[in-house]
Amino acid sequence: MRTEIKIAGVTFKNPVMTASGTFGSGMEYQEFVDLNALGAVVTKGVANIPWTGNPTPRIAEVYGGMLNAIGLQNPGIEVFLERDLPFLEQFDTRTIVNVCGKSEQDYIEVAERLNDTSVAMLEINVSCPNVKEGAIAFGQKADALYHITGEIKKHSRKPIIMKLSPNVTDIGEMARAAEAAGADAISLINTLTGMKIDVERQKFVLANKTGGLSGPAIRPVAVRMVYQAAQAVKIPIIGMGGIADTEDALEFILAGASAVAVGAMNFVDPYATVKIVKGIEAYMARHHIEEIQELIGAVHE
Amino acid sequence: MIPTKRKESAEIIHTGQLAADVYEMILKTELASHAVAGQFVAVYTKDASRLLPRPISICETDHEKKTLRLVYRILGAGTKEFSTYQTGQKAELLGTLGNGYPLEPAKGKKILLLGGGIGIPPLLELAKCLQGEKVTIVLGYRDNQMFLKEDFEHYGNVYVATEDGSAGQQGNVFDALEKSEDINKLNHDIIYSCGPMPMLRAVKRYAKEKNIPAYLSMEERMACGIGACLGCVCKTVHKDLHSHVYNARICTEGPVFLAEDVAILPEEQNAGEEITCGRK
Repeated sequence: MRTEIKIAGVTFKNPVMTASGTFGSGMEYQEFVDLNALGAVVTKGVANIPWTGNPTPRIAEVYGGMLNAIGLQNPGIEVFLERDLPFLEQFDTRTIVNVCGKSEQDYIEVAERLNDTSVAMLEINVSCPNVKEGAIAFGQKADALYHITGEIKKHSRKPIIMKLSPNVTDIGEMARAAEAAGADAISLINTLTGMKIDVERQKFVLANKTGGLSGPAIRPVAVRMVYQAAQAVKIPIIGMGGIADTEDALEFILAGASAVAVGAMNFVDPYATVKIVKGIEAYMARHHIEEIQELIGAVHE
Repeated sequence: MIPTKRKESAEIIHTGQLAADVYEMILKTELASHAVAGQFVAVYTKDASRLLPRPISICETDHEKKTLRLVYRILGAGTKEFSTYQTGQKAELLGTLGNGYPLEPAKGKKILLLGGGIGIPPLLELAKCLQGEKVTIVLGYRDNQMFLKEDFEHYGNVYVATEDGSAGQQGNVFDALEKSEDINKLNHDIIYSCGPMPMLRAVKRYAKEKNIPAYLSMEERMACGIGACLGCVCKTVHKDLHSHVYNARICTEGPVFLAEDVAILPEEQNAGEEITCGRK
């Protein structure tokens, strides 16, 4: 049985990845998970300089999910290259670096710094709902997304994954804009913008007022959007949104995702990623499936 | 080798109610064998609609019997669920998390432990570890439901303050400190503390005034508990070695910090902003 998948010429040993921002740089989870078992580690967003992020509280629990408003706190590309990348290079897995920025130039600067590294791909974060400048501003209008995708493609020698926001009217249009501008793949969904109010104190729970909703609560929305994106474009899709177990992961693959990422549910079950790797193998054996390719987008009209 | 951090299902060997909304449970777990005072565990609810584990400080550890005693206040639906657990049931937990109180700096010193409300429990294991040293314990409660007070009396002189004045000194731990000649005469030279933020701020000010070190245990809303999500940060006075900004992860670099390292006072709130948000 073969679980390998290929995205933009890069081979991944299996389709199970980590969702950016939920797995640090892998270091924090190595006590729980054999990183060698994963298809890829997708890092926390990295900017050109260190970002402080938002004030606290940054986390709120909601029914079947959670809101976060971290605000892309990160130590910057310099520290990433000196500390986090050498750590990840010890493992037999792929590294995908999530790149964030406040301006076009910020993204380009990080992309250029990653050109001559062991990094397999870049995931461009144009969909974080928790920062005021940049990020989602590039990801909510098709023309803006088309423009930034093209600019990054000009400067990066790594394959580019555009991470799409679900906070749009037509996900198919956004997927097509990324593809038309030369994106090698797309990943979706980032979090849905949400809010929680503390009724007793009559205040917002999050210091940022709004936060990104993730967890099982968003999964049906994510599956639908992955399906719609898969109908709209030919480039590979990395699907995510509330994946907790093997069944959830397969739902995304059957909807058209070539790979899947586990996000908030790492917090619930730190072993979730490796359980899903094994679970997919067991499913393939049970259904006599030789190539995982046979499952990608297998459910359609 | 068994990893020091892991998620497991632990048997509950005792439960009890200590005050109106304060409960305890004792868990049988191998995690107890390396737990230190001031560390915490994160306990998951059985209701899957509540995803995130609740961080709860370790009140006592029995390294031989491999048990952890958790004392917690009902603050919401999750802790409410915990309070219904019975002996013989299992609890899912992630542990042991964070760094505890350093014991080395206390050697040969006159030690002051300041605990407020549900910040009192982690100081009990600390008091136990400080046996043989000169320890004064000041505990602040809402009212005369003085949970754990008798446990503390084994390890030092205990002074009490209550918000409603129904026992001990009326007010908070600082009212007890200021009004008691006995405590003041002792000239303490190190403080260990856990409690609500207003109290921690007062501890920081007091320690600064007396020019003595104070260790504070901090609290914040958490998601992962292991340093990955960056949800539970606190502001720091110096650039944090891991984050490279003026933020430290309470779950990983903390929850115990030296008071002078955390920017918790109003006048410290802009620490480092101009440097780390250069493009603001």
